[in-house]
Amino acid sequence: MNTASMIQISLGAVLINNFVLTRMLGLCPFLNVSNKISNATGLGMAVTFVMTMASAVAWIVDSTVLAPHNAAYLRIVVFILIIASLTQLVEMALQKYSPALFESFGKYLPLVTTNCAVLAAALIATMENPYTGRPFTFLEAFINGVMSGAGFTLVLILMAGIKGKLECVNVWKPLEGLPIALITAGLIALAFLGFSGLHPPIAAGGF
Amino acid sequence: MIRDELKRGIMVQNPIFGLALGLCPALAITTTAFNALGMGIAVIFVLTCSNVTVSLIRRWIPEKVRIPCYITIIATFVTIADLFMKAYAPFLSSQLGIYVPLIAANCLILARAEAYASKSNLVRAAVDGIVMGFGFSLSLVLISAVREILGYNKLFGVTVITGFHPMVLFVMPAGGFFVVAAFFGIVNYRRIKKARGNP
Repeated sequence: MNTASMIQISLGAVLINNFVLTRMLGLCPFLNVSNKISNATGLGMAVTFVMTMASAVAWIVDSTVLAPHNAAYLRIVVFILIIASLTQLVEMALQKYSPALFESFGKYLPLVTTNCAVLAAALIATMENPYTGRPFTFLEAFINGVMSGAGFTLVLILMAGIKGKLECVNVWKPLEGLPIALITAGLIALAFLGFSGLHPPIAAGGF
Repeated sequence: MIRDELKRGIMVQNPIFGLALGLCPALAITTTAFNALGMGIAVIFVLTCSNVTVSLIRRWIPEKVRIPCYITIIATFVTIADLFMKAYAPFLSSQLGIYVPLIAANCLILARAEAYASKSNLVRAAVDGIVMGFGFSLSLVLISAVREILGYNKLFGVTVITGFHPMVLFVMPAGGFFVVAAFFGIVNYRRIKKARGNP
């Protein structure tokens, strides 16, 4: 693991192959985020935290239990249960030991369980690193988890900020609500298209 | 009864345009109609099977752990669909990639298990699964048809209009957002018009 590949993975996860705008995962919280930036930050932190833990635990379970026993087909079932219990565990621990942190992002944790982006992060952790063509090492998988979460948080905050501005605008009635949120997302995605020049993009299906 | 159920699944409670559930696949894999159809069939299979199973064992599932139970059931059927697709439709499987396993985290399927299958008998749950899955697939194919025609000038791989220059934007993520936004706009427009017509 050298610094170059670390930067490569980070840039790729945050800007080029952003979970929301390029891979279209975790759209429900993204489109329905409230116009308060503090809420978006809390939810983003919760997702990042669970994503990181899920990537790390998924990598460990896969390389120590599933892969050696030829049970890779159990990944979906095992990972989704890991994520569900992980969020429950984190929620209980936060509630008990750190009420302040719980106040800031703990209350969003139940929402995270059914977030497809978290399952995707866990599955990606067991796949090949697209930049080297070898399976992810533990550190790479961990960084990929953190940075994917950071990318998610970034666009969530962007969206919350724009939604705040949209409050004061007269939107054509049929486009109010979800449609205007989708159009906004499309415009942000267009802007993010510029980042694809940083590195050859990875096709959605190929990851 | 079947007509009413079909109308419910396709029009009134359409999973995507009515309930706004399962938006991720609706945007991610609708670049070609072929992909959308494959995804739709997989979702019909998983939704029907999970609805039937949840309905069968609904009396034995304790209230407090019902969500993990449902998730496990759904993930099992997704694994079956994934393995089946890898074996018999490898091209489709490579096209859909990570989005097949991610059916397990599709909120539509969990929502149907929680809101409908856990409260109804076997036949009703099965019909609900088929009808809802059908409505979902139909919406996916509709979105992807628009995107494929505008983006590749093709439908199911066949050229549609000769001499029309396709706009690649529409098969990119941004174009997907715009197309789905347009669909939602049309649905809302019709709803508003209807509400005005009979106050």
